Amino acid sequence: MTLAMVPFMLAFLILVIGLYAIVAKRNLIKVIVGLLMMDYAANLFLVLVGYRTPAEGAPVAPILTGGAAGAGDLAARAVDPLPQALILTSIVIGLSVTALVVALAIRLYEKYGTFDTELMRNLKG
Amino acid sequence: MDHVVPLLVAIPLAGGFLMPVLGRLTKSHRALAVLPIAMACGLTLIAVALLTRPDETVVYWMGGWKFPIGISLVADGLSKLVVLVIAVISLLTLLFSLEYMTHYTRPGLYYGLFLLMVAGMMGVVISGDLFNIFVFLEIASIASYALVAYGTESDELEASLKYLVLSAIASTFILIGIAFVYNVTGHLNWAKIAEVIQAGGGLTMPLYVAAAFFLTGFGLKAAMVPFHAWLPDAHPSAPAPISAMLSGVLIKACGVYVLCRLTFSVLGSHQTFGTVLVVLGTLSMVLGALMAIGQADLKRLLAYSSISQVGYVVAAVGAALVGLALANGSKPIEVASHLAVFGGLFHLMNHAVFKSLLFLCSGSIEQATGTRLMANLSGLGKRMPVTGWALRVGALAISGVPPFGGFWSKLIIILALTQLAALAHWAFYIPAALAVVTAVVTLVYYAKVQRSVLGGEPSDAAEDAREVPATMCLASIVLAVLCLANALVVLPSVRSRLVDPAVRVLSAGVGSTVESATASADREVRTPAAAQVGANEGMTP
Repeated sequence: MTLAMVPFMLAFLILVIGLYAIVAKRNLIKVIVGLLMMDYAANLFLVLVGYRTPAEGAPVAPILTGGAAGAGDLAARAVDPLPQALILTSIVIGLSVTALVVALAIRLYEKYGTFDTELMRNLKG
Repeated sequence: MDHVVPLLVAIPLAGGFLMPVLGRLTKSHRALAVLPIAMACGLTLIAVALLTRPDETVVYWMGGWKFPIGISLVADGLSKLVVLVIAVISLLTLLFSLEYMTHYTRPGLYYGLFLLMVAGMMGVVISGDLFNIFVFLEIASIASYALVAYGTESDELEASLKYLVLSAIASTFILIGIAFVYNVTGHLNWAKIAEVIQAGGGLTMPLYVAAAFFLTGFGLKAAMVPFHAWLPDAHPSAPAPISAMLSGVLIKACGVYVLCRLTFSVLGSHQTFGTVLVVLGTLSMVLGALMAIGQADLKRLLAYSSISQVGYVVAAVGAALVGLALANGSKPIEVASHLAVFGGLFHLMNHAVFKSLLFLCSGSIEQATGTRLMANLSGLGKRMPVTGWALRVGALAISGVPPFGGFWSKLIIILALTQLAALAHWAFYIPAALAVVTAVVTLVYYAKVQRSVLGGEPSDAAEDAREVPATMCLASIVLAVLCLANALVVLPSVRSRLVDPAVRVLSAGVGSTVESATASADREVRTPAAAQVGANEGMTP
């Protein structure tokens, strides 16, 4: 495992922690936090995929500032902008899922008076 | 013709935003249902129009931007078939909703979410881009979470929560799979991914990892057996028309369709994926049927039976995948594999029709009697003749009794599996034998449903039951007729128009995908390099 792999491994660690929270925790709020962590781990992973180290100089944001003259330099050094565009979409999707799950949690709290998922087991799998 | 394709998404999407607004203006359920039904009619017409030239692949570049900037919508044989299924089932379930949903409040929101779900499914099916599929998948999923919770009783909320959490995990896995694929190939367009993988000499380790993420993610969305826990809660908790949509088309459009497309056309027919799909499919088939036997709740029984029937489809396409990988130019094995694909897709169509019929009948019964526990129901055949006969037709079709469509599709799947066993590998005898056993088990539990719900003297709950309103009956009758009409697909003239183009798309494997990309590339005005510079210029202020 090279040093370049470390950020990817850390992103996966966040993913696994999130998955653990969803599977093992009884408190609904902790489950929601687990969901958020998984979502962010996936976003982080996508951004890392788009990161690259140029042959010379430091990587820059994919924003053209110097007019047409700066285009060559930008092409040589900029990180891949596509994954960044993708995670913007993914964040918005994550937001709507979170809003919905929080709304469900509030409604469930009104019904049961608790966030403990063990106590709301009307349905059996 | 290509300009019709984006309408498949645009029409329901526009409806999804219009309906909540209209819902503020009027409280009348019937007035609000007019627009969605008209839209579903329009979608069905477009689907039929697309099928007039079934073998033509229509590629539409969004906003006129060509590859690599543009995002493509692709309607080929397979997409057109699934689009038709989605459009027809949505039309009939909306017709059923017209009267059924009068018991619920806020019809504007209901129809809005319904149309959003349809837009998402249509988008998944016609999208030619991996990330776009993810976005549309989420649109359909989020709308379906909300629709499952529509009753807002504790059961519905709990089922929706369970569905949401598992489905969100699936979405995360799919997104990570997309990241892996993008990292390896540098593309998100399906055709380009397939081309790069082919040129690079096949699958590498990261692609196997991506495939594992995709299989888990879409397996969860398709509710295959180790990942099925959410389905028996979520599908029965939703209002009946939504159960019909979820079981009838959503798990297929968002799960099975994408898995087929991904394995056959992008990653290539590969023995490993095929074996995984056969094993998962067979497990779902058998365990789904066994768990269905013990259910007391009619809708729960139907939900378990969905797991079992989707297992048939997945096992058939998986077997075809293995067959194509093992064929090595052997003509008989290829023919048997094509037969397996045909059986799988045919069963997908059939299941969409009879499972939505059965769920709609369960909705009618629940509305008429106020219960769906089979122990409290009997003698409904006398009180509700139309629903009773529709339920009978659906139950016979799903148990594979001739001459209904379900019989032929199961027969073809079993025949194809036996042929593959004889020609390619003996192990195919196992799914073939289990498919026969499952068909018998299915017959047994649907016989139980018919006897306890329809037969005998009316019980207390059934005593005052009356036949449901005409539009609900109409939807059931049309679906019951379709159960019978689906048998016509075995006729060569119907088959060659409807299902064969889809079979050709899948069995041609990676080749056809790459061809469709080059065909569309001919129409490119600018070269990719020139287009890239053009885009950069456009971005500078």
